[in-house]
Amino acid sequence: MRCEDVAAMLPGLVDGSAVADRRVARHVESCLRCQAELVQYRKLLRVLHNLRTEVLTPAPGLLSDILTRIEAAGEQRAVRSMLTGRRVAYVGALAAATAAAGAAGAIVLVSRNRRVRLAG
Amino acid sequence: MSDDLAELVAAAKNGDREAFNALVQATHAEAYTLAYRLTGNEEDANDVVQDAYLRAYKGLKRFRGDAAFSTWLYRITANCAATQISRRTRHRHEDLDSVEIGDVRPEIDPEARAEGAVLRQRLQQALDELPPRLRSVVVLRDVYDLPHEAIASELGISEAAAKVRLHRARRRLREHLFPQRGEESAHAV
Repeated sequence: MRCEDVAAMLPGLVDGSAVADRRVARHVESCLRCQAELVQYRKLLRVLHNLRTEVLTPAPGLLSDILTRIEAAGEQRAVRSMLTGRRVAYVGALAAATAAAGAAGAIVLVSRNRRVRLAG
Repeated sequence: MSDDLAELVAAAKNGDREAFNALVQATHAEAYTLAYRLTGNEEDANDVVQDAYLRAYKGLKRFRGDAAFSTWLYRITANCAATQISRRTRHRHEDLDSVEIGDVRPEIDPEARAEGAVLRQRLQQALDELPPRLRSVVVLRDVYDLPHEAIASELGISEAAAKVRLHRARRRLREHLFPQRGEESAHAV
């Protein structure tokens, strides 16, 4: 096996995101060139990982821009929930009115039937 | 996640907007840093961060707390950045030197910091030269420790594709940082 065949696997072998078969593992164990390259990958990963500790300073207006958008979204949400609440109240009132009308109709029918029976 | 952040998240989930604002204040610089690293320029990073917080605000009730709030926010930021990158019509390069580094945390190992200082500038340049689809994967995996599955999910690709991109990105970065193959000898381990 040649170094060129192994080279494409090294970036995955360095952290175990790729698994070496026996031939590749044997080559790397005996090849100083590939081992040196693995060392470079380890170093690369270390430097990349250390980037995490650096925090860039955003432009001063960014925070207020974010908060303004959140506020607008919050207001939209409040309006929507108010409208939803009104809709629920409206539907509830409509249902109550319908039920009341039904009950009134039933009472009228019952009393009319009674009058008809008394007249008979 | 720190206790302070956990308390803020809990309060924000109960509809406390002030708590959410405090969360934004505490985390926006880190979210911006990730967005900048993914998009490679300030303007896109600003847009991405604003979109990300808006989505976080709208979806906060769905945050179950299985992972840290920051990890959840990173995933949203990565997703917004992927959208922004695909929306972008041309790739812009910005001078990285114009970006101020505001906070190098003290807990970093001094040896690693010295090494980072030497290689950082070259690495930043190499990252900036990577195509965005490779850069996204290597930043999310090797800088922010996101699992392969999360990266694949947020970028809309398979896990296998995410790994292929990661390995390609690492290879290009290594070639940029260490131009001659096997330049260092094995005893440098």
